[in-house]
Amino acid sequence: MSDEVATNGTQERATGTETVKAGLARMLKGGVIMDVVDADQARIAEDAGACAVMALERIPAEIRKAGGVARMSDPEMIVGIQEAVSIPVMAKCRIGHHAEAQVLQALEIDYIDESEVLTPADEASHVDKRAFTVPFVCGATDLGEALRRIVEGAAMIRTKGEAGTGNVVEAVRHMKTITQGIRRVVSATAEERFAIAKEMAAPLDLVEWVGANGRLPVVNFSAGGIATPADAALMMYLGAEGVFVGSGIFLSEDPPARARAIVEATTHWDDPAVVARVSRGLREAMPGIEIGDLGDSGLLQTRGW
Amino acid sequence: MLAVQGAVSEHEAALADVGARTRRVRAPGDLDGLDGLVIPGGESTTFGLVAGESGLLPAVRGRIDAGMPVLGTCAGMIMLADGIAGGGPQPLVGGMDIVVRRNAFGRQVHSFEADVEVPALGAPPMRGIFIRAPWIEAAGPSIEVLAEHGGHPVAARDATRIVAAFHPELTGDRRLHRMFVERVRASAGAQHKEGSVVGAQ
Repeated sequence: MSDEVATNGTQERATGTETVKAGLARMLKGGVIMDVVDADQARIAEDAGACAVMALERIPAEIRKAGGVARMSDPEMIVGIQEAVSIPVMAKCRIGHHAEAQVLQALEIDYIDESEVLTPADEASHVDKRAFTVPFVCGATDLGEALRRIVEGAAMIRTKGEAGTGNVVEAVRHMKTITQGIRRVVSATAEERFAIAKEMAAPLDLVEWVGANGRLPVVNFSAGGIATPADAALMMYLGAEGVFVGSGIFLSEDPPARARAIVEATTHWDDPAVVARVSRGLREAMPGIEIGDLGDSGLLQTRGW
Repeated sequence: MLAVQGAVSEHEAALADVGARTRRVRAPGDLDGLDGLVIPGGESTTFGLVAGESGLLPAVRGRIDAGMPVLGTCAGMIMLADGIAGGGPQPLVGGMDIVVRRNAFGRQVHSFEADVEVPALGAPPMRGIFIRAPWIEAAGPSIEVLAEHGGHPVAARDATRIVAAFHPELTGDRRLHRMFVERVRASAGAQHKEGSVVGAQ
């Protein structure tokens, strides 16, 4: 969080510090993190310019279709992906599942996503992420939720969107809600910030930090429903510092071309000529789902507390 | 600032602290009129692919060969190296007589911070933030090693390039950025005369 890092007079290595954990997210900025289910897809993602991959057994759209309880992926499959690529490999644990997170740390995964896409293991608490050497990314739908995750130790935030739908509308809603929350805190008086902290159920010191700095203390990506290069450019326009693309790539008709195009559109989001060029001839995007058709019980974004 | 991907705003803040004006570079044309370039940390494979698409890599190389000073941290150091040890081929800017090893210290769980003595900068040591960091495996005669950690060179320079495996832009220590900007100033002063566009002032 702080930009000041003190020397301690020793060449001894300190691992898992806040700077080291949040620092990797800083290196991912402006990039695309892609969901992959095997080593072949991981190589396609790396060759397309992904800045990291998310290893999971089933992409969110398939998890939706399959129903039942969605859990951490098989370590065998995660290791296969780690061996296939040189870029960072992330993996998901269930909300509040400390032991799954420990397994992922033992596998030396580069980032753990404590994710609403999997079935929550705890309906009251999230993992105490401060206790881990490996950094965590967590989903958020508004500023209060983002700050609750950060105080628990999340070193990166992603807006949740609605995973597996190919519908960007929820990603837009969550990104705008967070930036509106930030603007509100910035313009609030010191007295009002006490009330905002209470209302948002967020720690006062983090609310004050946001007020003083006008941004989240960690990197904020967008996720959940991004299916086209223009979707990625839209999220960058709205202030995302990078994007996660889950089902959008490998459920489309031409994954390598679409993956490459989304990477280009994320870098060149403010150059419409580039976004137009890379969007040509990509064949069909993934089939989309209208959010209203999911019903309240079909929403993943409401998981997390 | 090479702004294909990575920790761009952190370097911009560091450069502003030492009095430099910056511009983001995403295409070859963006290099026009610049007196220095910073290649930030990020994913070197992403840099290579996205910058390769627009012809930016040879354009950057051409400017450096013509004497433009450049600073590369982490992935930026990889991009400037002539070779990568133990890895497959990937597009690079190249030109610096070093061979680097990517992810040399291991995966993120082994990323760390530690004090790094940089004799050219004097005391105190820099706080080195190493994130899935590379190290320099071999360096040619044109290379001056600026710092080592764990028996491997982790910062170096030649006539135009300054590289570090760690991330000074993530700390408040601006000494390496100042070293770079002083070079930019000297080189711009030599190339242009009074009144021309300079990237640092």
